[in-house]
Amino acid sequence: MEQHTNSNIQTGAQVAHEGVGIDHNGNGHHHHHPKETFITKYIFSQDHKMISKQFLATGIMWAIVGGLFSVLFRLQLGYPDQSFPILETVFGKWAKGGHINPEFYYALVTMHGTIMVFFVLTGGLSGTFANFLIPLQIGARDMASPFLNMLSYWFFFTASVVMTISLFISTGPASGGWTAYPPLSALGSANLGSKAGMDYWLISLALFVVSSLLGGLNYVSTILNLRTKGMTMTRLPLTIWALFFTAILGILSFPVLLSGFILLLFDRNIGTSFYLSDIVVNGQILPNEGGSPILYQHLFWFLGHPEVYIVILPAMGLVSEVMSVNARKPIFGYMAMVGSLFAITILALLVWAHHMFVSGMNPFLGAFFVLLTLLIAIPSAIKVFNWLTTLWRGNLRFSPGMLWSIGFVSIFISGGLTGIWMGNSTIDIHIHDTYFIIAHFHLVMGVAAFFGMFAGVYHWFPKMFGRYLNNTLGYIHFWITFVGAYLIFWPMHYQGLAGVPRRYLDYSLWSSFKQFNELNKFITIITIIVFAVQLSFVFNYFYSMYKGRKVRTANPWGAATLEWTTPINPGHGNWVGEIPEVHRWAYDYSKDGRDYIPQTEPVGQNESKH
Amino acid sequence: MSVTWIVIALVLGFVVVFQIAKASEYVAILKGEEKARKDTNRINAFLLLIFLFAGLIGVWYCNEKLKGKLLGFAASDHGERIDTMIDITLIITGIVFIITQILLFWFSFKYQEKENQKAFYFPHNNKLEIIWTVIPAIVLTILVGFGLYYWFQITGPAPKNALVVEVYGKQFNWEFRYPGKDGEFGKRYFKEINETKGNPLGQLWDDPANHDDVYATGTMHVVVNRPVKLIINAKDVIHDVGLVHFRMKMDAVPGIPTTMWFTPKYTTKQMKEKYGPDFEYEISCDQMCGKGHYSMRGVVLVETEGEYKVWMASQPKQYNVAMADANKESAPAATDSTAKSAGTSTSMK
Repeated sequence: MEQHTNSNIQTGAQVAHEGVGIDHNGNGHHHHHPKETFITKYIFSQDHKMISKQFLATGIMWAIVGGLFSVLFRLQLGYPDQSFPILETVFGKWAKGGHINPEFYYALVTMHGTIMVFFVLTGGLSGTFANFLIPLQIGARDMASPFLNMLSYWFFFTASVVMTISLFISTGPASGGWTAYPPLSALGSANLGSKAGMDYWLISLALFVVSSLLGGLNYVSTILNLRTKGMTMTRLPLTIWALFFTAILGILSFPVLLSGFILLLFDRNIGTSFYLSDIVVNGQILPNEGGSPILYQHLFWFLGHPEVYIVILPAMGLVSEVMSVNARKPIFGYMAMVGSLFAITILALLVWAHHMFVSGMNPFLGAFFVLLTLLIAIPSAIKVFNWLTTLWRGNLRFSPGMLWSIGFVSIFISGGLTGIWMGNSTIDIHIHDTYFIIAHFHLVMGVAAFFGMFAGVYHWFPKMFGRYLNNTLGYIHFWITFVGAYLIFWPMHYQGLAGVPRRYLDYSLWSSFKQFNELNKFITIITIIVFAVQLSFVFNYFYSMYKGRKVRTANPWGAATLEWTTPINPGHGNWVGEIPEVHRWAYDYSKDGRDYIPQTEPVGQNESKH
Repeated sequence: MSVTWIVIALVLGFVVVFQIAKASEYVAILKGEEKARKDTNRINAFLLLIFLFAGLIGVWYCNEKLKGKLLGFAASDHGERIDTMIDITLIITGIVFIITQILLFWFSFKYQEKENQKAFYFPHNNKLEIIWTVIPAIVLTILVGFGLYYWFQITGPAPKNALVVEVYGKQFNWEFRYPGKDGEFGKRYFKEINETKGNPLGQLWDDPANHDDVYATGTMHVVVNRPVKLIINAKDVIHDVGLVHFRMKMDAVPGIPTTMWFTPKYTTKQMKEKYGPDFEYEISCDQMCGKGHYSMRGVVLVETEGEYKVWMASQPKQYNVAMADANKESAPAATDSTAKSAGTSTSMK
């Protein structure tokens, strides 16, 4: 044993290590992984870094599909009267005459939402960075259970396969919206996408829930048990805190979603009536009585709302870390940042019914959800002010990661403030299910989470692959995406205030909503440009993996956290020799006239206190 | 063909950009990486400042371009309350938006990396943090207070003199039922629904309250300045009665009736005079309900009390329609049992 067994903390950690059968002492990994084959190294890998890259690569693939779907339905919205023969060539009966038909349109919007929310911004974001950063930043050789971690990825992969199959079946994938409200999602006779496609959708997401639970339990137990010596909870980087709360939220809320899905599967396939009552569909009277479609909405949003925080919390953590490093300044108000993450986590579980103000729910109950929802603005405001103060009197380096972080804060402010509109039930009555909500959530959780993810990818790519992404492409990527995101979503607030309902593929029938043709065309053009730029990022990513500029120093950004104390290309086990001991928090930048002080450096005698 | 050209143009454009991007890496090495980094730092800091100004101008320009396309004034009492709430929230969030965005980009520009500039080690400050916890808390209390005050007015019980109308959503149109002279809706059961026997709502004909109920589709008639209470049902999947001009919205849920009420302030005729002959109070379905969701359109006709009475008097009682259909069915000449022509019903009166 090379490690310091005289410490209590360390002894505790040793017990935990033995419990899961992984040797985390200095040289243990050499015995455990003597020979790595292609399969154990790249496919059924138990190395958290490889699993993280698997999540990221899968997430990127899904993001391309999800983004492409949005381009397709934007084509319909921007050019409802124009025919695109190529669509018929590719999609056949779904785009007869070069026009996207309604069922295809609804399948596209449903899959766009499902893919982006679950596969990209949950699997791709949490999966990537929780796996990559937790062991590296807390000082552990791997996850508490590398095997469960591997299973987590393969459940995600299986979920992806099932979802992909659903895209190709003859009745098409699910098309009742990503929220899949029954009875529409329960009755094949009510909706083409609710035939077999819906079963595939439910099974795929059930597998996804399993993946996310395996991952989440692993993240929590790793953070609690495998911190290196000296790494107290209050010395953790904010990335880890954010990923910790994200995992807890997922563990608490995903099972509820799963139960909701299972009941829906029963209603669909074995004749139960959990969600069904008083239904006559296509002239056929159904026997079901006594069920409540509202029950599903409660079960769905009990995850569905925390889900938006599952998406945004990791992004907040990544941004805090990247911003502090590049501002050469500690993150302002570390404890307040942790506290506000905690507050958001608690509140996230208590606000789900603000999605249901107009569902017929008791207005008195609605009042509580208004109060709790608007409370979230307080921790969010604290975070924004703390980020602003972090920039104040810094010495800012605009690496691509830093630009994405600044962009994140800007977008998060813009999208977050409209949450104060939506969360107030009085206003929600008017803008519920209009373009206003589209603008709101795309900015605050869609675009913002993507920005956080890009900040993370640009910042940690050198650690992942030992090479840099191309900076110039990175800057082009950032600026076009940043400007494009505002051009796409800002005007949508106006459509929303005009009451334009979402999920319409053609407004020509409506005297109240048809005045936005020109705007819709404009938004479609910007969408195509922004999508093309994302493809250039994908190219940059895979090209730089093999051909990018090589990293020559272990700590290229001058960061204080532990991951930069590993070799440039760390093997399984992360550190050669002992895991370093931690002596201070993660944010000693520009202290006492020094550019940064790594966490591993003991506190000097004359060092000032903060 | 044009698609191919666009794709070719995109690919070529990308190849050019990529070559430049790659060349810039070599240039950076020639120039010295540190110097190259500092140059791009200055450029990006400048771009962030430009973005702030362009963005604020863009916000103003967007507003100029689009404000004319918003809805006109709210056409109901509740709608006016909602618009007031929107105005209050817009002012507060607007101020916060402008201040925070200016600070964000201004700080980014001002504190860009410079020679001889040292970052200020400033890890926390309790006083500041308390200030920006307490101020948002106070502001949000105000917003919650106003919001709930209006919310309870809007969702409170409807006045006694309200006109009550039942609304039914189905794929993909709207149906309505009026209680008739007795002011009472007859009982119904969904398993009695039979379109071909003139009973689209499943009314139970042995309930006498059903005998004077009036059924209509497509257009809902209501009276100006008289509160109207809607009892909302769905026959198949969830729909939503969206009334943009009144700023009202409520889901239609199968098995669970919901309600909402409001008072229309202007007749359709008055609105047409103001907003042009195309104006109509439209009912949009605002909850995804299947392939025809985007076309599930209904109309509200707001009329004077007199016009409403004339219209109501001309409407057949659904009971009579159903009985006529039943009689017709027994006669060999019956061909179209679903049609409920006005002629038949007038003769029944």
